[in-house]
Amino acid sequence: MTMANQDMKRKAWAAGLILAFFAGWELFCLVTGMSDLVLPRPTQIAEVLVARLPVLWPHILQTLATTMAGFVLGVALGVVLGAFIGVSKVAYDTAYPLLIGFSSIPKVAVVPIFVLWFGSGTVPAILTSLAICFFPIVVNIATGLATTEPELEDVLKALGASKMDILWNVGLPRTMPFLFASLKVAVTYAFVGTVLAETVASNRGIGNVMMSASSNFDVPLVFAGLFILAALGVALYVAFSLVERRVTGWATRKNDLVASAQ
Amino acid sequence: MASPLHTVSSMTSMQNRSADATPSGQQAGSPAVPADRRPAIAIELSRAAVTFGQGAGALPALSETTLRIADGEFVALVGPSGCGKSTILRLASGLVQPTAGAVIVGGREVAAKALRVGMAFQNPTMLPWMTIEQNVMLPLKIVEPFRSQFRSQRKSAFRDKAHALLEQVGLKGFAGRYPWQLSGGMLQRANLCRALIHEPRVLLLDEPFGALDQFTREELWSILQDLWLAHRPTVLLVTHDLREAGFLASRICVMSARPGRVIDDSAVPFARPRSIAMTFEPDFVALNQRLRDLIVEARTMPMTEAGA
Repeated sequence: MTMANQDMKRKAWAAGLILAFFAGWELFCLVTGMSDLVLPRPTQIAEVLVARLPVLWPHILQTLATTMAGFVLGVALGVVLGAFIGVSKVAYDTAYPLLIGFSSIPKVAVVPIFVLWFGSGTVPAILTSLAICFFPIVVNIATGLATTEPELEDVLKALGASKMDILWNVGLPRTMPFLFASLKVAVTYAFVGTVLAETVASNRGIGNVMMSASSNFDVPLVFAGLFILAALGVALYVAFSLVERRVTGWATRKNDLVASAQ
Repeated sequence: MASPLHTVSSMTSMQNRSADATPSGQQAGSPAVPADRRPAIAIELSRAAVTFGQGAGALPALSETTLRIADGEFVALVGPSGCGKSTILRLASGLVQPTAGAVIVGGREVAAKALRVGMAFQNPTMLPWMTIEQNVMLPLKIVEPFRSQFRSQRKSAFRDKAHALLEQVGLKGFAGRYPWQLSGGMLQRANLCRALIHEPRVLLLDEPFGALDQFTREELWSILQDLWLAHRPTVLLVTHDLREAGFLASRICVMSARPGRVIDDSAVPFARPRSIAMTFEPDFVALNQRLRDLIVEARTMPMTEAGA
């Protein structure tokens, strides 16, 4: 059997099992006669999704835009901070206790502060999403830089390269696999941050939709919101995985990349 | 960049190098120049010593060593393992600073940056995210005067240069591969190209062929000899292989056990170009034998100065 065939078979299995999960959910609800106020069936949720899509669409865009803004800012902040911590011992000793302290604070407790500073709406949502997603990036960038093999740096040092040259040509490329690993985690965190802030203090976005739907006991709509969030999260995760394969193929040495490297 | 030993020939190929004049009007290491008119010293260690760490845990790696290498010379450094051979190389490349004494390369204290030095380590240390071509071109990205032209030239002149070098060492067609797709011997060839691409006047080689099989090693000796004969850089080669030292070098320095210092310094008389067959002739074997005895003696010598 060829590699391609095996690959197809594996993917078919995975798709089948995912479908089976939803079928099982549907069946469970039908057999137990579950009320849709408690747990709606997947088909009901899909129906609601299709019917309400025109109304939901602006909220989807709002949540997506907010998340992306928070995520991009979080990545920028995370990379810069991580680079500092990874390169400088003083920065490491100073920043790590602060960062760990900050990341231990439940972000739901921070949202009211952001609202106090900036009013309710998009800005606190962006900030919450930033605050929740930059931490894994900092840690990964710092780890990547701190574990760079001195032999690789020596190659450039012997040429009289500056610290900046070394960071740019060895440190950061070496850290790319670490960065992408953290990006995939961070992008899902960014959604959590956005929805959290929208639930607490906003009149737009999926978080707000779910909040008002649950107070109206419109449980299928709440689940529709959850489905949308899950779908957005998966879509961005996949997007980053694709970029990752292009950028850091050298680190994974997949067979299919041998061909594309030529 | 204009030091007396660095011939800054902007875009000329490696082959045209010996025709470029140094600022003092002398020819840079060209064989036609009489030895007494050579711009004297390329690498100079004067009473240089290195100690790693401080206080009770201090580890002397190199005791006061004085070593002069003339421009265009090919010097091999041999000695028992751990004797500080690599430390001398790292001193010359500026990776290590002397704790005492001075190290002068190309007429300048080594602490000054941007020396045009080429270095190859025992491990090929190719950057894994770059293709072989990009790895070989790396020094051009860092070292002036190439650095300022890198953006405009990396697709044309610099690339041709990299490909020409790769072809010379038998790596034609591997430029686009990634390091992990090549064998150890191939990587070491690429490593040699990377050490040479920026036309360094000083080449520092730290056991570059140590991990290779006999036949690949001998092949690379011949390639290195050809490159040296064509461009005449100053070479300092650290090696454990006495045949390698005898085949390549014009002068061999033997070092004592740690903390090392030079205990023997002798010229290698054999005519160039040398052949592998020559390494089995009686004169060569005798030289080998003598070096071997010196090192055996150095290994067993008590470390008289270590406690000082």
